[in-house]
Amino acid sequence: MIHEPERECMAKDTLAALQLEALQAVLARAYLHVPFYRKRFDEVRVDPDEVRSLDDLRRLPFTTREDLQANYPYGLFAVPLREVVRIHASTCMSVVVGYTRNDIKTWSELMARILVAGGVSKDDVVQIALGYNLSTGGFGVHYGAERIGASVIPTSTGNTRRQLKIMRDFKTTALVATPGYAAHLSRTLHDQGTPRGALSLRVALLGGEPLSDLVRREIQDRLGVIATDNYGLSEVMGPGVAGECVERSGLHINEDHFLVEVVDPKSLVPVPAGEPGELVITTLSKEAFPVIRFRTRDITRLFPGTCACGRTTVRMARVERRSDDILIVRGVKVDPRRVRELFVEIEGHASAHRILVERSGGMDSLTLLVGVEDSSDLDEVKTQQERLDRLRRGLSSELGLTVSVRLVEPASLVT
Amino acid sequence: MPERKTNALPVAPAAAPAHVLRLRNLESGYGNLKVLRHVSLHISRGEIVCIIGANGAGKTTLLRTIVGLVRAQSGEILFEGRNITAARTEAIARSGCSLVPEGRQVFAPLTVRENLLLGATAQERREDRVPSEDQLARVFALFPRLEEREEQLAGTLSGGEQQMLALGRALMARPSLILLDEPSMGLAPLVAKEIFSTIRRLRDEGNTVLLVEQNARAALKVASRGYVLENGRIMLEETAESLLANRDVVRAYLGRDLDAEQAMDTGR
Repeated sequence: MIHEPERECMAKDTLAALQLEALQAVLARAYLHVPFYRKRFDEVRVDPDEVRSLDDLRRLPFTTREDLQANYPYGLFAVPLREVVRIHASTCMSVVVGYTRNDIKTWSELMARILVAGGVSKDDVVQIALGYNLSTGGFGVHYGAERIGASVIPTSTGNTRRQLKIMRDFKTTALVATPGYAAHLSRTLHDQGTPRGALSLRVALLGGEPLSDLVRREIQDRLGVIATDNYGLSEVMGPGVAGECVERSGLHINEDHFLVEVVDPKSLVPVPAGEPGELVITTLSKEAFPVIRFRTRDITRLFPGTCACGRTTVRMARVERRSDDILIVRGVKVDPRRVRELFVEIEGHASAHRILVERSGGMDSLTLLVGVEDSSDLDEVKTQQERLDRLRRGLSSELGLTVSVRLVEPASLVT
Repeated sequence: MPERKTNALPVAPAAAPAHVLRLRNLESGYGNLKVLRHVSLHISRGEIVCIIGANGAGKTTLLRTIVGLVRAQSGEILFEGRNITAARTEAIARSGCSLVPEGRQVFAPLTVRENLLLGATAQERREDRVPSEDQLARVFALFPRLEEREEQLAGTLSGGEQQMLALGRALMARPSLILLDEPSMGLAPLVAKEIFSTIRRLRDEGNTVLLVEQNARAALKVASRGYVLENGRIMLEETAESLLANRDVVRAYLGRDLDAEQAMDTGR
């Protein structure tokens, strides 16, 4: 099934004509309404009027996550706040994004495309185990599932036992979660000895963090589902940017709304077709928060050729690594620099530390190893315990995920 | 109006390109004055697409450039897949692209019938031409009022009737694309409403229409998509429904919708 065949199966030249139209309009809007973009374009002396082809986009400067952060909170909005009906933010709250009523509508359609591509129909009972909060995941998928007319259960994240009870009792047929959480659910089921037949699950849509072949196989085997990967990021829209169809041979990019480039992360020159590089996205339809040549830092490559499903949109490889040091833990982006900042905020200075991400068993965990000088004062154990608690609470609440803190000898920080 | 199906005006063969009209980076203007700046847009078969924009945004220039009355300075115009950027106006009209100009411009001293038959001359050299009388019958089916006034001089018609005549004259050429410039301008609200319901019928019968209108709300209600033109640039392309919901567009081009406000007030 294809949600919008007239948009997802367009001839290449028809698509290119639409992209050029939309690109010229979004550049005109960004130049007129966003001082940041106007300044940037002026600096490189490119008049958006001179963009006559899709290739001309390359003459415009890139936008980085740091640019977005520097314009916190509303500096890059292209419409007045009164037109904005929704505000989301990245996990560490350094980037704020807005949506107009139309943006929400577009988001629903694009997410509906991805759900349908992953095998979801209006007859499905969709359990959405993604956060319904400041992050974009839960809401985006929710709108898409409602758009299709599926029965939506907004379980949000956490409380594994309740999730599994709902999955059994409510006869969930489609699960939406991060790969790590889906793997955790499948393992818990397995440990409980619940037979696969006790579930009604058919498909799982996984996103928010990298999906490895191993984890996909485990989830598919244990849950008896077709598991598809999908990709999105809050700076660009949230989920809805790209997603696999049931062929599972690359993620179809919603190219009529997102213009993508793949560039060498060092030279920033486009890589030869099909080669890996950093994904760069320009939004073509976003009203409230357009981004022009946004460097995602995600490494991927574009697949040549057409897909057996009939969609003509270009496919990208699953994202397995990044071109920066941002860690993705359970769908949450963790910037090591932010951890250092928080350390300073909590303790006044940052002791030597290391961030340890363990992917043992699919469920990622983040541990902060803090080096302490050999403490002769054993009566300080209580103080140390308090310090650990303070760090753990502070980091967990600020980063939006559970962090363990361990004190170790400084020597063990060096590997 | 399904009972009118038999009178449907002809549509182009299915093998034709997906876009009836495609503009790419079109620039035009008058002398040194550049009015349109790299306008790119498209119209698919059977669509009503509406251009909205303030006075002076370049809407009329856009239509006049498409039919070659104003020369494109750069860019290209593809009509039915053929590049017509440099074509002469008569050739463009003969190839099936009809402009209904602002202010009707019917031939006042001629009768309704004569006006309509003049419109048919554009299709005379086509291999698939139909007898003018057959085409006349189709137009009369769409506008019974014109049949009633068949022998009346066009100059004596009311404004609404003249607009119908201008539309009917364009249809006589059996166009695959109709360009409408401000069809409701200067008409009483009720008459304008009638014109819009005629446009809706044109669409139901498979015609493709590019509509330029000051009355953006009414235009968006019959259109499937719209482009917002500002200072000669396309600023927004959306479905008509989305444009009607876009508060910026509403404020800038649609004015207040007193009906809707009233409905909301009473709803409360």
